[in-house]
Amino acid sequence: MFGFHYKLERKAIGFTLAIIGVASIGGLVEIAPLFTIHQTVEEVPDMRVYTPLELAGRNIYVREGCYACHSQMIRTLRDEVERYGPYSLAVESKYDHPMLWGSKRTGPDLARVGGKYSDEWQVAHLVNPRGVVPPSVMPSYAWLLRSDLRTNDLAGHLRAMRAVGVPYTDEMIANAANDALGQASPDSPLAEGVTKRYGEATNVRAFDGVPERLTEMDALVAYLQILGRLTEAPYKIVASEAAPAAKAKVP
Amino acid sequence: MIEQLTKNERQVAIAILLVLTACGMTFAGVGQGDPLGAHGFLIMAAGIAGIFWVISGYFTPEPPADRSDSYYDDPSRAGIVFAMAWAVVGMFVGVWVALLLAYPDLTFDAGWASFGRLRPVHTSGVIFGFGGNALIATSFYVMQRTSRARLPSQLGPLFVLYGYNLFCVLAATGYLMGVTQSKEYAEPEWYADLWLVIVWVTYLIVYLRTLARRKEPHIYVANWYYLAFIVVVAMLHIVNNLAVPVSFGSAKSYSLFSGVQDAMTQWWYGHNAVAFFLTAGFLGMMYYYLPKRAGRPLYSYRLSIIGFWGITFLYMWAGSHHLHYTALPQWVQTLGMTFSVILLVPSWAAAANALLTLNGAWHKVRDDATLRFMMMAAVFYGLTTFEGSFLAIRPVNALSHYTDWTIGHVHAGALGWVALITFGAIYASVPWLWKRPAMYSARLVEVHFWLAIAGTVVYVLAMWNSGIIQGLMWRTYNAQGTLAYSFIDSLVAMHPYYVARAIGGLLFLIGALVGCYNIWMTIRTAPPATEPAPGSVLEPAGDFPEPALGTAAARQAAE
Amino acid sequence: MTFTYEDLVWFAKTFGLFYFIAMSVIVLLYVYWPSNRREFDRAAASILEKDDRPCP
Repeated sequence: MFGFHYKLERKAIGFTLAIIGVASIGGLVEIAPLFTIHQTVEEVPDMRVYTPLELAGRNIYVREGCYACHSQMIRTLRDEVERYGPYSLAVESKYDHPMLWGSKRTGPDLARVGGKYSDEWQVAHLVNPRGVVPPSVMPSYAWLLRSDLRTNDLAGHLRAMRAVGVPYTDEMIANAANDALGQASPDSPLAEGVTKRYGEATNVRAFDGVPERLTEMDALVAYLQILGRLTEAPYKIVASEAAPAAKAKVP
Repeated sequence: MIEQLTKNERQVAIAILLVLTACGMTFAGVGQGDPLGAHGFLIMAAGIAGIFWVISGYFTPEPPADRSDSYYDDPSRAGIVFAMAWAVVGMFVGVWVALLLAYPDLTFDAGWASFGRLRPVHTSGVIFGFGGNALIATSFYVMQRTSRARLPSQLGPLFVLYGYNLFCVLAATGYLMGVTQSKEYAEPEWYADLWLVIVWVTYLIVYLRTLARRKEPHIYVANWYYLAFIVVVAMLHIVNNLAVPVSFGSAKSYSLFSGVQDAMTQWWYGHNAVAFFLTAGFLGMMYYYLPKRAGRPLYSYRLSIIGFWGITFLYMWAGSHHLHYTALPQWVQTLGMTFSVILLVPSWAAAANALLTLNGAWHKVRDDATLRFMMMAAVFYGLTTFEGSFLAIRPVNALSHYTDWTIGHVHAGALGWVALITFGAIYASVPWLWKRPAMYSARLVEVHFWLAIAGTVVYVLAMWNSGIIQGLMWRTYNAQGTLAYSFIDSLVAMHPYYVARAIGGLLFLIGALVGCYNIWMTIRTAPPATEPAPGSVLEPAGDFPEPALGTAAARQAAE
Repeated sequence: MTFTYEDLVWFAKTFGLFYFIAMSVIVLLYVYWPSNRREFDRAAASILEKDDRPCP
């Protein structure tokens, strides 16, 4: 009797292994080469990391499920390039853990929304979308103005990001909370450190209009204003292509 | 349920629940000021409630020694109840978020009530809550019958079922608090993911141990599909959720992957969740319940095996069709498109196999709404897989991607295939599980069938229309060679379809509520006092397969 | 041992095809092997038998 059951058990386990074998190959073959992708994507020297405030804003974007309605991936199609801007490059999301390419556009693509509107517009729109764009179906995010941003764990966030491969320095991690405060209050002594560590081009502004208080609105707007602006590479590629619209694939 | 456990098993159950409570307490302690703390309290509450439940039945007499002479159906019964409860929750939230897109002010001025947080409650609620519980419940049922062997342990299956539902509750409440990884259909954070790994490995062990105890040398094909569902979902879940938590006191984690690798991994996961959760598992369901209910063997057993290996192999390549024209290398896109098109072969083999099985039983399809649920599920499966292969073709995808067409496609599959086959299987197994001659009301099953069909058709047609209009408006140029419509123009054009979609969803929800009532009344209604005469127990024609009516003793033991 | 992107892509593009063909052949052989027919017919009919309790 032991022999019979042993055979049955072996058969079930062998069958399970066969399923694993057959099922894993496809993913392996498609995904494994992508981890050597840096060999085919041009080096982009000006690609910078998110500041602590922008990262906090990105986490609010994730928390509120913005990705469910807004993509951050402009496809290589003529109408998309004309509507949203230069098509997205792989390198632009290389510090995105996880990526937020999205799968649905109930609202427009946001890959290049950074700098497209003023901070005041963004805040007014987030507080009352229909006050700015009457037919909008976006939810109101008025409470972000009322919520203080949690900064005491930002160093931990940067450290976790570094653990998965984002090049944050010890100095950036040590100053994470102060840099978040400084980026949203341009006149404070903390502001200087932000540009020192993250570059002169970093937006240092009172994003929600109130420099004294650091809110979740500050963080989210800071993030929206950097979208598509971490590197200038995509804009240069488009400029270098003689006729971008003609070259983009038309289906 | 507790009276079915021996003293020893009751003690082990309490020990497991104590460990769970301690875990909850730890999270509550280290996660102060973080959503993790709230979840710690929730886990603690679940553990304590479980302990009270076991203790309340602790001093009841032990089960008779001959319990191994019958099948162990307590987990299946509880699983069906959970599945229906989640169906109502998930579909209700679905109707709500559908209404939010038509009437965005239909909400509260609070984070938890915004579209972005509610949407994953809907998707996880219906996929994992409704679909997952139905799969677990029916897999336990089918595996025992086809193996002619009782489940190997008492506690294992209960742990799987209740542990899985704890995961679902953690997921849904987490979304409301803003805890999400943002990976679609894999939103729960690291601690919930780890918990699911424990539950899922137990599930696999229970399944393999039952198969090892089987009295049939051949493993019936339904089990192949269920097994592939369990094994591959484990694989997908573990790989896609690899992440580094900010700290052990924080719910937040950062995915190990980024950018294009993350996108490919995510849609490798996402599409195979469709393949192995929403297809393989439910095909397992279909390959048992449809022939059983029709009283006819599968049209071609060979075809079901070919289909099995085809689906297991081919689906794994198809995920990249979610990333056409993106920054993903083009050869990967092409590979995904090619395999998606080839996938039509095993998919239609399965649909055809199901429909051909009904040859000679079409009069039953006419008379029996339960069998008709399964028949229509096979039809929608065929339609949806055709549409899926079509949408995976790059130029088609250029139009359909990012639009409501995708939503329509998903719901043709989710409502038309997954939900219909599940309702069919549930209506078939409720009388068998609770030892009733039939459902409380065959007419209400009929009502549910038509509500479900109407809801699905309204929903899918609305989304096809809105999706194609949206896609066309985004790419329409005027005579001057500039884009003709602003984004907001396309949004305004969507409004009537969004209203129609909410109506379709509402019809489907009402159907599920009718089903809940019918199932509730079937369970409540006392079984006939005497053993019914053969042939007289079933309606309407009396030639449906026998429900598994046990002896009086077995029935007593089950209650 | 390092692989370049091109190596892996080459492997993916060739191996996938042969693997697919080999697997199809194995599955079809198994399914249409004449002596397996009896087992399949038995399995297909098995679920229709009375199944109210496990085999002792």
